[in-house]
Amino acid sequence: MAKYECPCGYIYDPEEGDAESGIEAGTAFEDLPDGWVCPQCGAAKEDFWKA
Amino acid sequence: MSVTEIKENVFSVGAVDWNIRDFHGYSTEKGTTYNSYLIKDEKIALVDTVKKEFKDDLLFHLSELVDPEKIDYLIVNHVEMDHSGSLPEIMDIIKPEKLFCSKNGHKALLEHFHREDWPYEIVKTGDTIKLGKKTVTFLETPMLHWPDSMFTYIPEDKLLFSSDGFGQHIASTERYADELNDCDLMHQAAKYYSNILTVFSPNVKRLLAKVAEMGIEIDMIAPDHGVIWRGESCGEIISAYERWCNYISADKVLVIYDSMWHSTEKMAKVIGSELARGGLEVKMLNLKVNHRSDIMTDVLDAKALILGSSTLNNNMLPVMADFITYFKGLRPKNKVVAAFGSYGWSGEAVKHINQVMEAINLPLAHPGVRVRNVPRPEHFEECQELARAVVAAVKEMA
Ligand SMILES: [Fe+2]
Ligand SMILES: [Fe+2]
Repeated sequence: MAKYECPCGYIYDPEEGDAESGIEAGTAFEDLPDGWVCPQCGAAKEDFWKA
Repeated sequence: MSVTEIKENVFSVGAVDWNIRDFHGYSTEKGTTYNSYLIKDEKIALVDTVKKEFKDDLLFHLSELVDPEKIDYLIVNHVEMDHSGSLPEIMDIIKPEKLFCSKNGHKALLEHFHREDWPYEIVKTGDTIKLGKKTVTFLETPMLHWPDSMFTYIPEDKLLFSSDGFGQHIASTERYADELNDCDLMHQAAKYYSNILTVFSPNVKRLLAKVAEMGIEIDMIAPDHGVIWRGESCGEIISAYERWCNYISADKVLVIYDSMWHSTEKMAKVIGSELARGGLEVKMLNLKVNHRSDIMTDVLDAKALILGSSTLNNNMLPVMADFITYFKGLRPKNKVVAAFGSYGWSGEAVKHINQVMEAINLPLAHPGVRVRNVPRPEHFEECQELARAVVAAVKEMA
């Protein structure tokens, strides 16, 4: 599963997920809910690119 | 500001801006400072620079201590223009051997100044450079409050250069928190947190945990705005940050409103009285006379916000749109909200306010009260009901 990078430098790693936002480890970037935003800066999913 | 030796061979050399009153939309009634620090050791390092217009203040202070050309290292903790605007000129004068910055700092410097030729040296958390007797260690603090942000630490002096963290917009010749006679200090620190850092509270929380985990000993925190925290005052500001990043609040409610022909204002007053009767601390904040950044300061420790706006041409009033756009961006948590307002025909303001609050996940304590034109006694009862719903919601939060 691919990692995705935010303009602020945060990297979403599907192997880790995002516990603070209730995202379980193993969740692919594509499967993140629409309302999910970068836990570091608040940017939306569409602002991310493949790391 | 004059040159002050804050630790042996570490000097405060920045500039005071007594006159600034508007800092990109944040009202700076006390002015501010752009702090910069010089470390004199076998290698000489300058930590951060100043806003463009204050370049000469910085150079004047530097020349008291050293021939500026002798400065070996420039450390850029943060690329925002208030700390880097003078960089092109300063770089030409001091010609440092190395410019230290984070990975994101490197990107941001290129995007700001378009200078591929500067001697960038990218550092990450834990990297250390030896200056002589002293060393400096870097700590990346992304989104506190920009992607490029980092802190610099001198372990030998237990001194943390915290960039915009722990700052306050206060102009003063005094350099230390404990020297200010002005009792406004914690208010200004709160205003700074609320207007700059609230949205990054989870990051502040992570940072405080990280600092504890790294076992960094701190007895001086030198931010890039305002006064320096030393000794006991370090603990004071750190515990305030702990409160703020955990959204700890008081039984305080804000009634934030604007009115066209006093109907919404009448509703606001009735709501305010009922809230007070319910035992809450109430602040009535008319948007015409309170600056958005001062209201934001009050938001920091409030448990509830009640937003009132008349409807103007199918929309909320422009000052309310201004405030809630600003408020939404700062994403405060742990608050309940409700809306009210008078209108002439269709009355969309309450609905629009509710939609914004729902979008940022703040629960509505009441669906809202709308009154066509001037309120009658039964409308005031509805306003009181709204207030009682807010009181109940606040009591539940405690
Ligand atoms: Fe900044
Ligand atoms: Fe700043």
